[in-house]
Amino acid sequence: MLSEKSLAEIARERTKYPSDQARSALLAALRIAQEEHGYLSEALMDYVADLLGLPAIQVYEVATFYTMYDLKPVGRHKLCVCGSVSCFLNGSDAVLAHLSDRLGVGLGETTADGVFTLQEVECLGACKDAPMMQVDDRYYENLTPESLDALLAQLRGGSDDVR
Amino acid sequence: MFVNGVTLRNRGLPDSHRLSVYTGTGGYTALRKVLLDPMAPDQIIGEMKKSALRGRGGAGFPTGLKWSFMPKGVTGTKYLLCNADEGEPGTCKDRDIMRYEPHRLIEGMIVGAYAMGASTGYIFIRGEFVEPIRIVEAALEEAYAKGYLGENILGTGFSFDLHVYRGAGAYICGEETALMEALEGKKGQPRFKPPFPASYGLYGRPTTINNVETFASVPDIIAKGGEWFLNLGKPNNGGTKIFSVTGQVQKPGNYEVPMGLPFKDLLEMAGGLRPGRRLKAVIPGGTSTAMVAGATMMEVTMDYDAISKAGSALGAGSVIVMDDSVCIVKTVERIARFYMHESCGQCTPCREGMGWLWRVMHRLENGQGREEDLQLLLDVGARIEGRTICALADGGVAPVVSSIRLFREEYEYHIQHKRCLIRMGAV
Repeated sequence: MLSEKSLAEIARERTKYPSDQARSALLAALRIAQEEHGYLSEALMDYVADLLGLPAIQVYEVATFYTMYDLKPVGRHKLCVCGSVSCFLNGSDAVLAHLSDRLGVGLGETTADGVFTLQEVECLGACKDAPMMQVDDRYYENLTPESLDALLAQLRGGSDDVR
Repeated sequence: MFVNGVTLRNRGLPDSHRLSVYTGTGGYTALRKVLLDPMAPDQIIGEMKKSALRGRGGAGFPTGLKWSFMPKGVTGTKYLLCNADEGEPGTCKDRDIMRYEPHRLIEGMIVGAYAMGASTGYIFIRGEFVEPIRIVEAALEEAYAKGYLGENILGTGFSFDLHVYRGAGAYICGEETALMEALEGKKGQPRFKPPFPASYGLYGRPTTINNVETFASVPDIIAKGGEWFLNLGKPNNGGTKIFSVTGQVQKPGNYEVPMGLPFKDLLEMAGGLRPGRRLKAVIPGGTSTAMVAGATMMEVTMDYDAISKAGSALGAGSVIVMDDSVCIVKTVERIARFYMHESCGQCTPCREGMGWLWRVMHRLENGQGREEDLQLLLDVGARIEGRTICALADGGVAPVVSSIRLFREEYEYHIQHKRCLIRMGAV
């Protein structure tokens, strides 16, 4: 279920830990699997379990515990708006409302074209540049309605810049 | 004043994350000093004790003392971990150290590993920090290529391997034993202590764990002496400390200043309040620390002892500033939501209690508060505190209880008038 590239990456992760601690590579293996498939299906989790020689339950409990794993399909770009206190004090509710309005979706929903999923998340550790959000691998800070609109246009245009 | 002079010294330089820039500004001289001069491990720990450096992750435990707990003469692997799972609301300093000064962190860890006899280390970075992860990984590659990491470092026979471990999204992994569980590939749920990590840590082996800023302070302490660092601050509160000043100030940011700086000076550095606003309240150490009234803060100095005297804690130095445009109930409701979301679910008082506190805060904020709700919040809080494995739940109780004490009339207004005393406008 995984490409040679992903398998090689997981193999590289395993070398960081003692040979009898394959489980330590589990969080990384799930991340790599999700990067390739977009989300973690049950079949994919079972595959990772076999790959690392772990009981499937150990994989499920990790996949359901951590917030960065998606157990259902999401849009091509995940917009994760921080709503914790420093961002809240600097207008994160307005950021969410603006995005929701522009995209026509509510929290946790994906646009009909499958491009965007809108989420509110807890503190991302960039409080001094509030309000901010994470889009895929990148942080966007000091957000304004104008900067949000520009970013949406750029992402809609298919720019892979954010990856 | 000595500003941005230790862990963020190179932040303003181009390519400050590169090895060449770091070595060009005195980087890796501490490592050469301990390995080539050489310094005995006990001497290093002695300097650390002299410096009065206290853990910068929030608990403020003396670093030198912690290092001295690592058992000597044991066979097998000892581990050294760095806690870079920065995620307490208001805290954003470790991210900048990793982005701008990764080698300072790495050098601090190598010196620590040598002092404690650790042969393997992991830097546990929260998974969302993709940019810092890439920068630290590149810095590790540079350090390996230069012979500062790996086998036989600088030809001395000392070996130390250091890797990045990526988290996957969970505030609780900033708790040291939860972090170890996550590193073992499990759910990040804290362990009972004792046993403490120094005797039973990662994989059941002796382990020491420190915060990013703590490690990044080590090279200068070793190169310039513990006394030098101590004298930057004040007794028992040695050195400088990064304060992340956020919220309603004009120039939010990370300010590394001597311990004991008056709060009002720090506020001024951060640009002060917005025009026409008055200081209402401050959370001085991240949301897990008690809220302090603005007037009290204006008389307080920024160090562990003074903040603790004011009824709160310095925590990770995450200073959240609120002016008079803020509805305290709405703000604390938002903070309570964080703890509900981040409870790992292991201990009943926390799993149930964090949600309970949020639900009561939520109905207060939404005009459905009842007369008995304030007493209910205080009672629930009192029944949570001290009854859980880790400190997350106590941290969730602190903002609720402290804000009721300070702003009771605002809570009562919500109950009586079914709305906020202060309408927070769009920013």
